[in-house]
Amino acid sequence: MTSIATQLLGWVDDRFPLSKLWREHLSEYYAPKNFNFWYFFGSLALLVLVIQLLTGIFLTMNYKPDAQLAFGSVEYIMRDVNWGWLIRYMHSTGASAFFVVVYMHMFRGLLYGSYKKPRELVWIFGMLIFLCLMAEAFFGYLLPWGQMSYWGAQVIISLFGAVPFVGPELALWIRGDYVVADATLNRFFAFHVIAVPLVLVGLIAAHIIALHEVGSNNPDGVEIKKLKDPNTHIPLDGIPFHPYYTVKDIVGVVVFLMLFVAVVFFTPEMGGLFLEHPNFEAANPLKTPPHIAPVWYFTPYYAILRAVPSIAGSAFPGVVAMGVSVMAFFFLPWLDRNPVKSIRYRGLCYKVALGLFVVAFLVLGYLGMQAPSPLRTLTAQICTIIYFAFFALMPIYTKMEKNKPVPERVTH
Amino acid sequence: MKKLIAAFILAVAPTVAMASGGEVEYDKAPVDLSNMESLQHGAKLFATYCLSCHSAQYMRFSRVAEDLGMSEDQVKKELMFTTDKIGSTMTIAMPAKDSKAWFGNPPPDLSVMARARGADYLYTYLRTFYIDEKKPTGVNNKVFPDVGMPHVLWKLEGLKKAVVEEHDGEKHLSFEMVTPGTMKAEEYDAAVGDLVNFMVYMGEPIQLHRKALGWKVLGFLLLFLVVSYLLKKEYWRDVH
Repeated sequence: MTSIATQLLGWVDDRFPLSKLWREHLSEYYAPKNFNFWYFFGSLALLVLVIQLLTGIFLTMNYKPDAQLAFGSVEYIMRDVNWGWLIRYMHSTGASAFFVVVYMHMFRGLLYGSYKKPRELVWIFGMLIFLCLMAEAFFGYLLPWGQMSYWGAQVIISLFGAVPFVGPELALWIRGDYVVADATLNRFFAFHVIAVPLVLVGLIAAHIIALHEVGSNNPDGVEIKKLKDPNTHIPLDGIPFHPYYTVKDIVGVVVFLMLFVAVVFFTPEMGGLFLEHPNFEAANPLKTPPHIAPVWYFTPYYAILRAVPSIAGSAFPGVVAMGVSVMAFFFLPWLDRNPVKSIRYRGLCYKVALGLFVVAFLVLGYLGMQAPSPLRTLTAQICTIIYFAFFALMPIYTKMEKNKPVPERVTH
Repeated sequence: MKKLIAAFILAVAPTVAMASGGEVEYDKAPVDLSNMESLQHGAKLFATYCLSCHSAQYMRFSRVAEDLGMSEDQVKKELMFTTDKIGSTMTIAMPAKDSKAWFGNPPPDLSVMARARGADYLYTYLRTFYIDEKKPTGVNNKVFPDVGMPHVLWKLEGLKKAVVEEHDGEKHLSFEMVTPGTMKAEEYDAAVGDLVNFMVYMGEPIQLHRKALGWKVLGFLLLFLVVSYLLKKEYWRDVH
């Protein structure tokens, strides 16, 4: 029996690098042994991706991308399709969970300098994944064809209308109609179920290949490849990803699933955060909802858009600011001039800056959900300045930091 | 563009104030989905008073029978007035074109209304109709001013008039019964409570079962957590 299996594996290995892939990416991929809480979120992001792909496939089997039928088909899934409600709630909760997990994953990078040399490309692939995720969420949010789906898309698409000269034509081209309509729904469906996921999966592969080429960073920001066992050439602080981190990540997966399941079964609307109340009314082009706000994961950028005053009657500066607020992350590897990676050994400057940035990000996220008022706009403007100062002043304050000595080996 | 957004908000603000009545506080609806008697009574009220103008086109009669513990005959006799097929959904015979002409807007479908507006809104809305001779229907509403819907439940509740009192420059609306209905005030509140309870159920029929299933799934995961934690501990014994 064993010999047949061995023979079969040998047959495959002669034709496809199956064992080699297994070794290079799992059983002989050496990861630092000091991963902490923040290192669960990479594998969790992969888990959520699988949840979204699988539930998405089953939703597609009953969903109708048609302005007349879309809203009803979602209710059909919720009521008449066997387990349809569970599949739908997993997908809608999964969308929010994806952003929770990815924001934590990105914050880990900021804490431990995971974007720094030699991991610049890992970071850039990661940022491209984030952009794809935002596009995926935006396209997907239109599909239930509720009031918030419809008017959210209407507002966001008309932002492109603020681009000088070509704006209105551009917005028309994106919508395929003068207002968000059946044509828009159809193309968003195509982007949501095939175009973006395809790119997303490709980018994730590139992200992981790049990571496994340079090796994982860790909470100490120490390069474990510098100190290897002279005989085995295995990093002294490295342990094989499989089985050590596979069994550890399973614990993380179970804890995550418990939280995920708690939302899915007990509060799938999450008080209107994950499924907004107005979205239970079918899209009505003639009736604008009182307060249009994007879903929580977009609200920091939306608050920045609203905080920037328009110039000469054009909201274009706000649109640019919103774009820059997302794109700024791409440049982190070159904005940060401190060679020390981990926040554990960095000076006070970065700790204060990161702390302020996180506070500003959260406050902007809250303000983006609220209707504007003079006080809220002022607060949003202050937070917007902090947000951009974090990036713009980074080359200066990261130069001034007084670092602590970085240890040779990881602390465990 | 931001002007456009601001214009949207400005243009919409008055209608919002209209739809929500500004700062109206809603009364807490007595929602209890485990109370089958209340749900059944609510279903009867819904079929009798709502289902001639409003549809609930995503709700099937057979599902109501199954979930609320009613027999098919019972459902056919007590809830189904326009169809005799138990598997059909709660549609209405009134053409949207006619209802638009009669009420200004076609009455909206009520399948998921409780999820869109909330139980408290519905509970308050159905209890705050008052006499207003200026309206074609003869009534107005506190939480939905100038609503096109007549006070369908007036025979039960009776008709109230509004009394405006001013405290510290703020206007407070209270009511005074003019023509008593067949129900006492508490009875009417309870009846509306049952109706809203049914509408909450109708918004998401699975909620009667999903929490119970959730506890089982969490129980399984808790066991799995113990096993996976022990497995992790065992594997990591040699990592120092």
